[in-house]
Amino acid sequence: MSLLRYIAIRALMIIPTVLVLYTLVFIILRVLPGNPVLAALGTKNIPEEQLKALMSELGLDKPLYQQYFEYLFNFIRGDMGKSMIIRGRPIASDILDKLPATLELSIWSIMFSLIIGVGLGYLGAGVRSEFVKTIIRLTGSIVFVIFIPALGLGLQLVFSKYLGLLPTGGRLTTIGSLKPITGIYTLDALIQLNIPVFIDALKHIVLPAFTLGLVISGPYMRLTLNNMEEILESKIVEAYHARGIRESKIRRHAFRHVLIPITTYTGLQFALLMGGAVLTETTFNWPGIGTYLVDKVMYRDYTAIQAVVIIFAIIVGLTSLIVDVLYALIDPRVRY
Amino acid sequence: MEILLVNDLWVRYFTLSGVVSAVSGVSFKLRRGEMLAIVGESGSGKSTLGLALLNMVPKPGRIIRGEVIFDGVDILKLDLHEIRKIRGSRISMVFQDPFTTLDPLRRIVDQFEEFLIEHGVDRAKARTIVREYLEAVGLSERIMYSYPHQLSGGQKQRVSIAMAIALNPEVIIADEPTTALDVVVQKQIMDLIDNIKEKYKSSIILITHDLALALERADTIMVMYGGYAMEYAEKKELFNNMKHPYTKALFEALPRILQRDLPRSLPGYPPDLRNPPPGCIFHPRCEFAIEKCKREPPPLIEVSRNHFVRCHRVGELL
Amino acid sequence: MPSVLEVIAVLKNKYILSGLIIVLIFVFMAILADIISPYSPVEAVGPPLHPPSRLYLMGTDNLGRDVFSRVIYGSRIMLMITAMAVVMSGAIGTVLGLISGYLGGLLDRVLSFIMDSIYAFPSLILAIALSVALGPSPINAAIAIAVVYVPTYFRMVRGQVLSIKNETYIEMARALGLPSTRIVLRHILPHVTRTLMVVFSMNSADAILTEAALSFIGLTVQPPTPDWGFDLYKGRGFVLAGMWWIMLFPGLSITLLAVGFALISEGVSTLISSQKR
Repeated sequence: MSLLRYIAIRALMIIPTVLVLYTLVFIILRVLPGNPVLAALGTKNIPEEQLKALMSELGLDKPLYQQYFEYLFNFIRGDMGKSMIIRGRPIASDILDKLPATLELSIWSIMFSLIIGVGLGYLGAGVRSEFVKTIIRLTGSIVFVIFIPALGLGLQLVFSKYLGLLPTGGRLTTIGSLKPITGIYTLDALIQLNIPVFIDALKHIVLPAFTLGLVISGPYMRLTLNNMEEILESKIVEAYHARGIRESKIRRHAFRHVLIPITTYTGLQFALLMGGAVLTETTFNWPGIGTYLVDKVMYRDYTAIQAVVIIFAIIVGLTSLIVDVLYALIDPRVRY
Repeated sequence: MEILLVNDLWVRYFTLSGVVSAVSGVSFKLRRGEMLAIVGESGSGKSTLGLALLNMVPKPGRIIRGEVIFDGVDILKLDLHEIRKIRGSRISMVFQDPFTTLDPLRRIVDQFEEFLIEHGVDRAKARTIVREYLEAVGLSERIMYSYPHQLSGGQKQRVSIAMAIALNPEVIIADEPTTALDVVVQKQIMDLIDNIKEKYKSSIILITHDLALALERADTIMVMYGGYAMEYAEKKELFNNMKHPYTKALFEALPRILQRDLPRSLPGYPPDLRNPPPGCIFHPRCEFAIEKCKREPPPLIEVSRNHFVRCHRVGELL
Repeated sequence: MPSVLEVIAVLKNKYILSGLIIVLIFVFMAILADIISPYSPVEAVGPPLHPPSRLYLMGTDNLGRDVFSRVIYGSRIMLMITAMAVVMSGAIGTVLGLISGYLGGLLDRVLSFIMDSIYAFPSLILAIALSVALGPSPINAAIAIAVVYVPTYFRMVRGQVLSIKNETYIEMARALGLPSTRIVLRHILPHVTRTLMVVFSMNSADAILTEAALSFIGLTVQPPTPDWGFDLYKGRGFVLAGMWWIMLFPGLSITLLAVGFALISEGVSTLISSQKR
């Protein structure tokens, strides 16, 4: 089937998955014992009428199934409900505000992880020593289980406190001079050719992106190394050799084959990236949806937490789709 | 005049479970325009021999002895840069499995052009040459812009052949070019190879397990077993005067139209090359084996002009 | 039951051996905490924010408590929560996987879809949502982590069941009229056990990191309980002011324990793949 139909069908598949997660979270947050408002407000001593008024305001006095469907329909129209904590504050605007920050962190982290992970794997495939190859594979396994806040704090200590090279947190120190277009500050600064702000934004994102990127890079090392080895011993490469093609070109063609498992893996592990992003944002005070979630968690703002979960479900679905499309672009056998 | 001369070639694989002697002391000559068929079962070393001619024996294998003299030069002694220039352009190879020898991720035209350009063909002319040679092997221009998985096995093999002849090589090594294809396509491909031999005067080394095919198409035949060359003769001479027990066994294993009984197959199994039997490597399966065969490996004996046999009893047996 | 020879062969594997040693060190640390810990982890025993010295091997935190003691006792909570979570999710996931895989049909389709949806979702975020809803406590944290990892076991077990289900000897068992439960338990389960080992070890590493993450957000224990992730969370501000010891030792412990399990998982999978050959 054509590429377009393939994309359309895959896009539609996201909906049931999101519904499953929404239902799950809804059940967990609403059906479990305890009055959410009380939990949110942290006290048990509120006069009856005030409690009733609050609950009615938040729509919590309606029957559960009504709440379920109403929230869903509202969500589709862009209304993610209002925060339980900050009276009347729409969640949607907060989330949309912070989304670009998380997006920026994710993109930079993936870039770092690919450079480190795929880079090491590719180089490792060209090495003769089995020992070096084992070291690379082992490094991949170990790096993957590093506790992100520990690494983050460590890097902050070294680069911020002791070397004073980089800031400890946040996205910019000179926020005034940047007109955000996409919300991705590094990109915006670049577009506007605002070099000082670009460098500032860069300095802020280096540590968080490197931290997350390093941890995520682990599996790529082994994946790339093993696949490159396999392909270099395959008949396809043997045929290239028999035709007298030079080694560097052959490696490049081999790499194209390796892109297939790399892309597949990226799609599968994007969820892990999201989890890691939450930890990274918390460690570096990076104002993205991760910190938003953690803040809301501390204050028990259930509606906001619910909305964030749905957003993440959608994000994961979309990225999985994008990865599938990329895969189809690399491997013509899927397309025709 | 000889275009290729192979002298006492030995190839060994150094594996974790032992050393395998895949090619043991093989020598032969190839003249211009001659088709030599190298016939043998799986494990006879014929494919390794083919790769060795281009110094392409894969790890953990190594050529430990011998020369491959092409146009006066021992190409085994050339460095990577120099032998690269020969591969594909002066000595080319067609592989057995068409499904894995074309890169599935790239279009035919891109792979073909790259190959030509890599060997110095002018960029502008490359596409024309691609078209020309695809036509020469009987493929339409449409094929150029397709991906390998969109072609049939026969078509893919034709593309490989087209690439193998595009630079007018002096020698073409065809390793079981038709084994993966059905019988009808087999004939087409072999006819194509014959045509090429005629038209371009290339020498062809046909590696095959099919003695019948060899007898049909080749000028000279070399029969291999367990890494050794057992018999070598021109086609007619071999057909009329088969001397080696193994060759005879292979011949008798061929089904024949007017035959009443089933063809006789050879008892026993191919030798374990990590631990080969002493003496003549064929003796465990040879109905004529005597004491000497179990102790001494037989030398290659010239029984008549250009007819060599490796057997102790070649004088006495008919 | 594995024979002595098999156990020795397993232990010869370098990865499994080193991983096991690391894990066992922490296990003993947890068991013998009362004996080996120099001070109580919850009382102030020295000047606050004191760097590592002979008296306080890993320094003191902002409340004057000995970090070394807290690290030792912290292993208890960490191992307890992780063990509970892994056992729960392993048991539930395996059982569901066996049932769903063996019975097939609509039940299988629906269950698989739900499991796949959860599996695809970021585990940490789901664990956070669950923890919040249940209320922060070690047991609730274990439950949250367990729920998140059920799909991992489910998928793996179900996959194995599906591939074995149609093999001839199972058909024979059915033809002989053996009851389903027996077929499943006696014939299918043993084969699943091998891959289960790999998933188990890798999952433990994940669970440790998830527990630490939940603690880092404050969702597992309450002060003054010693917990590595929680200490990292409380000590963050001080670390950035230069008191590196508050972060390094708990952080290292988390990573080291996770590395231990990762090594075991690495070793087990190499063993299995070499056995298959």
